[in-house]
Amino acid sequence: MNVDFTAEDIAFRDEVRAFLRERLPKALSEKVRTGKHLTKEDMVGWHAILESRRWLASHWPEEWGGPGWSVVQRYIFDVEIALAHAPRIVPFGVNMLGPVLLKYGSDEQKKRWLPRILDGSDWWCQGYSEPGAGSDLANLKTQALRDGDHYVVNGQKTWTTLGKYADMIFCLVRTDPSAKKQKGISFLLIDMKTPGIEVRPIVLLDGDAEVSEVFFTDVRVPVENLVGDENLGWTYAKYLLTYERTNIAGVGASMAALDQLKEIARSEQKDGKPLAEDPQFAARLARVEIELENMKTTSLRVLAAAAHGGAPGAESSMLKIRGTEIRQEISSLARRALGPYAQPFISQALDEGFTGEAIGADYAAPIASQYFNQRKLSIFGGSNEIQREIITKTILEL
Amino acid sequence: MDFNHSEDRRMLADTLRRFLAERYSLDTRHRISASERGYSPEIWGELAALGVPAALLGEPLGGFGGSGFDLMVVFEALGRALVVEPFLGLAMVGRLLADGAGRADLASGLLDGTQIAAVALYEPGARYDLTNVTTRAERSATGGWTLSGGKAVVPQLESATRIVVSARVDTGLALFIVPRDADGVSIKGYPLVDGGRGGELVLQAVQLPADTRIACGDDALGTIEAAVAAGIVALGAEAVGILDVIKDSTLDYLRTRVQFGVPIGKFQALQHRMATVAIEIEQARSAVINAAAALDDDRLARERAVSAAKVTLGRVGTLVAEESIQLHGGIGMTWELPLPHFAKRLIMIGHQLGDEDHHLERYVRLGRG
Repeated sequence: MNVDFTAEDIAFRDEVRAFLRERLPKALSEKVRTGKHLTKEDMVGWHAILESRRWLASHWPEEWGGPGWSVVQRYIFDVEIALAHAPRIVPFGVNMLGPVLLKYGSDEQKKRWLPRILDGSDWWCQGYSEPGAGSDLANLKTQALRDGDHYVVNGQKTWTTLGKYADMIFCLVRTDPSAKKQKGISFLLIDMKTPGIEVRPIVLLDGDAEVSEVFFTDVRVPVENLVGDENLGWTYAKYLLTYERTNIAGVGASMAALDQLKEIARSEQKDGKPLAEDPQFAARLARVEIELENMKTTSLRVLAAAAHGGAPGAESSMLKIRGTEIRQEISSLARRALGPYAQPFISQALDEGFTGEAIGADYAAPIASQYFNQRKLSIFGGSNEIQREIITKTILEL
Repeated sequence: MDFNHSEDRRMLADTLRRFLAERYSLDTRHRISASERGYSPEIWGELAALGVPAALLGEPLGGFGGSGFDLMVVFEALGRALVVEPFLGLAMVGRLLADGAGRADLASGLLDGTQIAAVALYEPGARYDLTNVTTRAERSATGGWTLSGGKAVVPQLESATRIVVSARVDTGLALFIVPRDADGVSIKGYPLVDGGRGGELVLQAVQLPADTRIACGDDALGTIEAAVAAGIVALGAEAVGILDVIKDSTLDYLRTRVQFGVPIGKFQALQHRMATVAIEIEQARSAVINAAAALDDDRLARERAVSAAKVTLGRVGTLVAEESIQLHGGIGMTWELPLPHFAKRLIMIGHQLGDEDHHLERYVRLGRG
């Protein structure tokens, strides 16, 4: 057993740091650090910078444009980009659809879609949840019926994150209406510009429209956009989810957020002393820091054990639960740290180019809305209760 | 980075687990635990012959181990069998005598099991404060030392042939090796709630030769911390072994106990609690790996890692012990079932070498530098 990074790992980390120093635009990292809203151009631009070094799709095989990194290198990369306040990689194409196409897509599909993910031609979004299919995802009703060399899609998807920017959507659709539940589901790639698609924003509790509803009315999709076999989509859907969950665990994001929390706690005053010296607050902070230290090792253990360096299976559910609990606790402590100044909220202050006067400390503006936004972490990607179901059946075998 | 134990350590763990499976059934354990000595000289000798002490001691003391991961594989196996033999003192004394200079006779006795070490650092009324020491050591007329004072709740104290004791000298703290049979040494032994025995140590003007002092001043505190760190890794690994046993036996019960016509493991209220238990156990394992890895790091990194591990084990140990008894229901309250004995040990590990609250406070202090 040896939990230390090797000399090669350290050299790799230095290489990543040097790259971030040179290539991560200062204005961009400053926006991320101060919790400003990112534009589509911010995110696409950052993807292009990473791709210029072939570092965008860190877990794809080299023949499809991945960098050929080890599990540990990928971990180091994820942590370093978070600590440098780089925008997070938009996961839908790179981290969700990519792995599905690599494993289940035809050669033709790989050649057609994978390069377009890397060069930014296609912004993908996720068509999984429906109004009647949340935790019970297999209850989805959106139908795709075969008509010649097309499927005709009717139905509705929801909670589609950043759907407003998307060129393409990967959808779970029901291709066999008579089959029960998981059987009869297929995995379909749909061009968002096809007639019959309507995107409506959903305003969330933080006032932002991060997610959308997507409506499909007689949308014609060429059959070559079916991934894998008809009616076997559930298998691909679950495979994708293990990647999504591992991604959501967000050890790097927690490390960056914890650094910021410590800064806030040193700066905020209580009884004439830094809040960081308040025994109650210090104890809560220490507890979450300890949990994060444990989590780093747990996630490295899980990733190292995953076969062929792919995503872990049901263990990803463990990472998702504990990883999101840690992220939520950190954001909760940051909110508490602000005291009364958690309350003021000028949403324009989070937009680029805001010139108005800040209320309270310069770090205060986004904290409470981030806390509210992060309630999503234990809900999406399969709620944490659903993760416990998966652990129950797959790991505990109850 | 590699999360597998080395081939040598895996072989040692296998050997130890096989031996304990054959020779240390829970009934045997209960019999040994309840015996007058509170340990088994026979088993102790056989484990020494298997090389367990050598795995816990470093090369300067004639062993071949003593690193964090050596402690980890040994104590995980000991935990799985709920062993009450006096290994904790051995794991800690390895760090106290680390350079081995002038201690060859003691080291050889520890290796073959003829010497048993106890480490007595905490005093009545001082809780977990290692610096709150009132035991005094005065220079005697002959150039030796005279020790007077007392130590609290020392595990397997009666079995010890040598007792390492912290005492206050003019220049601060010092450490002494006290032979069990020296004049003025008295021990009040008692059974412990989780099995095995402990004792209160009283030293009344105990005369010791000069060379029994093994460290003094800042050195002494540093040495004490290093020994406690090794002890925490050992206890942590023991706890991990126990957690795995509890998890398996609780899962087994959830699968087989039928109520309302179905195995109770089919009930979501229980499933989700068990899922949480499983996650927490993995976090505890990671905490112990971190502590074992940090055992030979610089002081600050090591102390933060062991305090973090003790905080984690305190929290997770309590949760898993309480949940496992609750998930078993009434049967979980019975002496006859193995489970509650594992649960009791898990809780009492929380009371050794500093509890969760102590180490949380300490972790915060260490963070301020």
